Amino acid sequence: MKTKELTCIGCPMGCVLTVQINQGKVQSVHGNSCLNGDRYARQEVCAPARILTTTVPLAGDDNHLMLSVKTRNPIPKNKIFACIQELKKVQVKAPVHVGDLVLKNVANTGVDVVSTQNIG
Amino acid sequence: MRKVRLVIIGGGPAGLAAVLGAKHAGEDDILILERDKQLGGILNQCIHNGFGLHTFHEELTGPEYAARFSCEIKNQNILYSLNTMVTNISKDKIITAVNPSEGLFQIQAQAIILAMGCTERPRGALNIPGTRPAGIYTAGTAQKFVNVYGLMPGKEVVILGSGDIGLIMARRMTLEGAKVKMVVEKMPYSSGLKRNIVQCLEDFEIPLKLSHTVVDIEGNRRLEAVWIAQVKEGRILPETRERISCDTLLLSCGLIPENELSAMMGIELSDQTKGPKVNESLETNIPGVFACGNVLHVHDLVDFVSQEASMAGRKAVEYLREPKSGQKHEVPVEAGNGVRYTVPSRMCLEAMESSLPVRFRVDQIYKDGFFCVYGNDQRIMRRPFRIATPGEMVQILLTKKQLEGIDLQRIRIELEAKINEN
Repeated sequence: MKTKELTCIGCPMGCVLTVQINQGKVQSVHGNSCLNGDRYARQEVCAPARILTTTVPLAGDDNHLMLSVKTRNPIPKNKIFACIQELKKVQVKAPVHVGDLVLKNVANTGVDVVSTQNIG
Repeated sequence: MRKVRLVIIGGGPAGLAAVLGAKHAGEDDILILERDKQLGGILNQCIHNGFGLHTFHEELTGPEYAARFSCEIKNQNILYSLNTMVTNISKDKIITAVNPSEGLFQIQAQAIILAMGCTERPRGALNIPGTRPAGIYTAGTAQKFVNVYGLMPGKEVVILGSGDIGLIMARRMTLEGAKVKMVVEKMPYSSGLKRNIVQCLEDFEIPLKLSHTVVDIEGNRRLEAVWIAQVKEGRILPETRERISCDTLLLSCGLIPENELSAMMGIELSDQTKGPKVNESLETNIPGVFACGNVLHVHDLVDFVSQEASMAGRKAVEYLREPKSGQKHEVPVEAGNGVRYTVPSRMCLEAMESSLPVRFRVDQIYKDGFFCVYGNDQRIMRRPFRIATPGEMVQILLTKKQLEGIDLQRIRIELEAKINEN
C-alpha cells in the first residue's frame, strides 16, 4: 500500500488529497471536499496527462518568427520532454490557421500537434 | 478633423470585447486604435491553455482566444488601425495619435472606451539593492522573447514573485531547456492560481520559497547571483541570507493599470486599483469616457475581462444614443471589512440594469465565511464562501430588486470570516 499526497486543482479551495494506492489501483481518496477532488485524484494517480503548448519556427511571414502550437488532447506527463524534442525539428510555412496539423502522432503518443494561431 | 462616434483605445482582450459589445448594441461607427502590429494584445504571447472556460466552455490558448474575437471583428468589418500609438486624449475627447502611414493625426470622438491594459512592475519599482547587470527581465518581457521571437533570455533562472505569469514562465523556461532554480515569494502565500502551482512548479519539481525575497543582486556585465532571505512580518531576517547563482532573474511582482493617458485627460483614479473610478456603467468621471479590463483593475481571468468590456461597449452605445444631462444621484460603493476595493466604486440606482456585477478583492486568505452587502446599514445579501484569497477576484451580483425600497445613501461590501492561520 502506497500513500500519495496531491493538491487538487479543481477549484480555488486547493484541497490536499491523500490517495491510498494498492498495486497501482486507487483504494481511497481522502481530504477532498467534493466529487471533483475524488475524480482528479484517481486520474492524476493512474495516468497524469497534460495539454502541451509550445512554439515552432515559422517561415514565410515577415511579422512572425514563431508559431504557437498545442497537443490536440492531453499527453502523458512523462512524454512532455520527448514531445518538445520532436517539435524542435519541425518548421511550418505560413499561411497557417488555428487547428491546422503541425505534427501527427507526436512522440508516439497518438496525439496530434496543431496550430493555435492564424498567420497570413 | 476626422470624426468617429466611438473610439476604443487598445485592441487587446478588453478592447476587442468592448468593440463587439458596442457593435451588437447597434453601433457601426467604431474605430480601434492598437499600438502593436496585430490585434489580441497580451494574449498573443500567452501560448499556454486555460483561457475561455467561462466564455466558450472549453480550454483555449491565448492566441486561440484572441482569434475568436479578431475573426469576428474582421467579419463585422469593424475598422482598426494597427501600429498606432495614442499620445494624448483631451477632456473634450480629441484623440492625438501617431502611426507610420498617417503620421501624427487627431480624431474627434463622441465616446471613448479606455482599454489600454496594464504593465508589469519593473525592477526600479521594487527597490532591490545591488548592481545593474544584464539578465534581469520582467516575466512578461521574457515571455515575449521566448514565445514571439524564439529567443532564450538565459540558462539558470530565479523567479521573484509567484503571480501567474511568473509560474507560467517557470514552466516555459524549463520546457525550453533552462534550469529554473526556484520561485521566490515574499508573501506567505502565492498570488497565483493553484492549478498553476501544480502544473507549472510541482510537475517540474521547481521549489516555491514562500516568505522569501531577493535582497541583493550580484554581477557586473551579466547577472551572476542573487541573494535571498526570509521575510517575517514584513522584515527581512539577515541571518537567513543565501546566495543563489544564476544568470537570469525574472520579476513577476504585480501589474499596474496603464493610466498615463487617463491621468492626462483628468480622469479620477483610485489609489487602490490604480485604475479609473467608475460607476455602474463603467463610466469615468468624464461623461462618455468608459474603462474596462486591466486598465480599470487587474483581473486574473480573461473571461471576466471580456464580460466587463462587453458591458462597457453596450453602455457606451447607450450614452451615444442619449447623452445624460444633469447630475445623476450616485451613491458610493464602499469596501468594508476584509475588502480591498470594489469596482464600481459608485452607482446610480436609476441607471442600474436589473442586475449589476460588483467585482472586488479580499485583503487576506479567509476560509468558511460570508460575503455581505449592506444598503445603508441594512444587510441585503449574505453569501457563504469556502475560501477567499487576494489572488482570486470575487464577483457578486446585485439585483435592482434588493435595492429598491431603500432610501439608498451608500452600499458596503464586507466580509464575515476568520483569517486563515495555516
